[in-house]
Amino acid sequence: MHTFEFLRPNDPAAAISAAAQSKTAQQGADVRFMGGGTTLIDLMKLNVETPNRVLDINRLPFDKIEVAADGALKIGATVRNSDLAYHEKVQRDYSVLSQAILQGASAQIRNMATVSGNLLQRTRCVYFRDTAMPCNKREPGAGCPAITGHNRTLAILGASEHCIATNPSDMCVAMAALEATVHIQGPKGPRAVAFNDFHLVPGNTPQRETVLEPGDLITHVTLPPPINGSKHLYLKLRDRASYEFALSSAAVVLTMASGKITQARIALGGVGTKPWRSPEAEAALKDQPGNDATYRQAAEAALRGAKPQSENGFKVELAKRCLTHALRTAAAS
Amino acid sequence: MSDKQQSNKQNPTRREFLSTTGTTAAAGLIATYVPLSANAAEEGETTEAMGPLIEGAVPITLRINGKDRQLRIDPRTTLLDCIRETVLLTGTKKGCDHGQCGACTVHVNGKRVLSCLNLALMHDGHEITTIEGLGTPETLHPMQKAFLDCDGYQCGYCTSGQIMSAVALLKEPCGPDDASVKELMSGNICRCGAYPNIVAAIQQVRKSA
Repeated sequence: MHTFEFLRPNDPAAAISAAAQSKTAQQGADVRFMGGGTTLIDLMKLNVETPNRVLDINRLPFDKIEVAADGALKIGATVRNSDLAYHEKVQRDYSVLSQAILQGASAQIRNMATVSGNLLQRTRCVYFRDTAMPCNKREPGAGCPAITGHNRTLAILGASEHCIATNPSDMCVAMAALEATVHIQGPKGPRAVAFNDFHLVPGNTPQRETVLEPGDLITHVTLPPPINGSKHLYLKLRDRASYEFALSSAAVVLTMASGKITQARIALGGVGTKPWRSPEAEAALKDQPGNDATYRQAAEAALRGAKPQSENGFKVELAKRCLTHALRTAAAS
Repeated sequence: MSDKQQSNKQNPTRREFLSTTGTTAAAGLIATYVPLSANAAEEGETTEAMGPLIEGAVPITLRINGKDRQLRIDPRTTLLDCIRETVLLTGTKKGCDHGQCGACTVHVNGKRVLSCLNLALMHDGHEITTIEGLGTPETLHPMQKAFLDCDGYQCGYCTSGQIMSAVALLKEPCGPDDASVKELMSGNICRCGAYPNIVAAIQQVRKSA
């Protein structure tokens, strides 16, 4: 691990001004905020992340879950994943989020990992994690050996010729389906970013994974007021029954009336370069009867743009079956 | 049990043997692992003894098993390495060192965490509990006793992490069935495959609670 200076800013303003001296924002940057450390310390040991300065944000006042006046749920940036998953209101009104978090990582890691850290969780692509290999995400222009190499677990949606790395988060998939908003405090003041706009597809700049700028500090995430009577499900398919990243997952929030789907919010995990909201699947479900034909059509629509790599062609059908089964199960619940 | 304890006193343990050998064979290497100021009489003495090995070290107070420890550590030191190499509490094990095996599980403020993915500096003022703070050979924690009763280990390397996880699980939302226990224990890998007996040990404690 490279040497670094460890600092604990007393307030958000101090954290922001210290981080604003960084050349790039957060992921891979020379000044990094540290939450739970579950991704960052791991990658620092591998010399994939080599910050000069580490800013401990765990004691900033971002550790609360509160209901806002308009009924939205405000989740502080340093709230631990386990505290969020087991929160009474989240379990009752945002069950898909609770389910997603509890199917991710292990109990120990969920006790450590923060909400904002999970938003910035980095890919598990083996080439990214190995500094002996080229990687466009680590070193822009170095090349992507995954495209011709081991890519069984990598992305089939949102990839580019420069990067096919999968976003590994479960929490983010549920937040995409819940239409969350990410709240950021930066050198130029506060701003709010719709969840679907927060993460970026790799394109020509795979090193840039989010819209964050140097100095930007995520302060909290909000979830819109709960949809009465909505049906929630997170289904995760993986190589092991537990403690494993998704090969394919689906977050489903459905509203139904008299056997018809009145509203659907769909996001996929394990298959995209970012948490993959699917407006195509949502459009295919809206105002349709809740039956297997509808669910399969939605799954076909969601995967229409899929581009499999040499080893992960199976993911196209797996993701379709994952979403179809999730919709069927949620509708019947 | 009593036979086992007695034989331990008469024969050196593997750790005692290795550390004795190490001191004579590689004194320079061992110096790296001297407790920085945990047990030292004077601060200046420790700093001098460590020389350039601790350049850039910073002071920290860690409360481990109810006892405050004044330490000087390199900022890179993980909580795991600090517990094992600086404080010399070696019950906590290093398995993968990357958050994939659970051998290094300890409690911070009553919650189980992976000490390998934490910097020690993040935990000043926190209440840290390791396997050494759970029970003693004479007064075992009920979970330690249950692991003995149920034969919840073979080689024992993952055991302290398994027990720390299991003790924390008792206070977490967990369904009554074995499947729920297995799910919440999935972060602790046992390559000997003692899983059925580990689940039995945990269920024994939960049923008697």
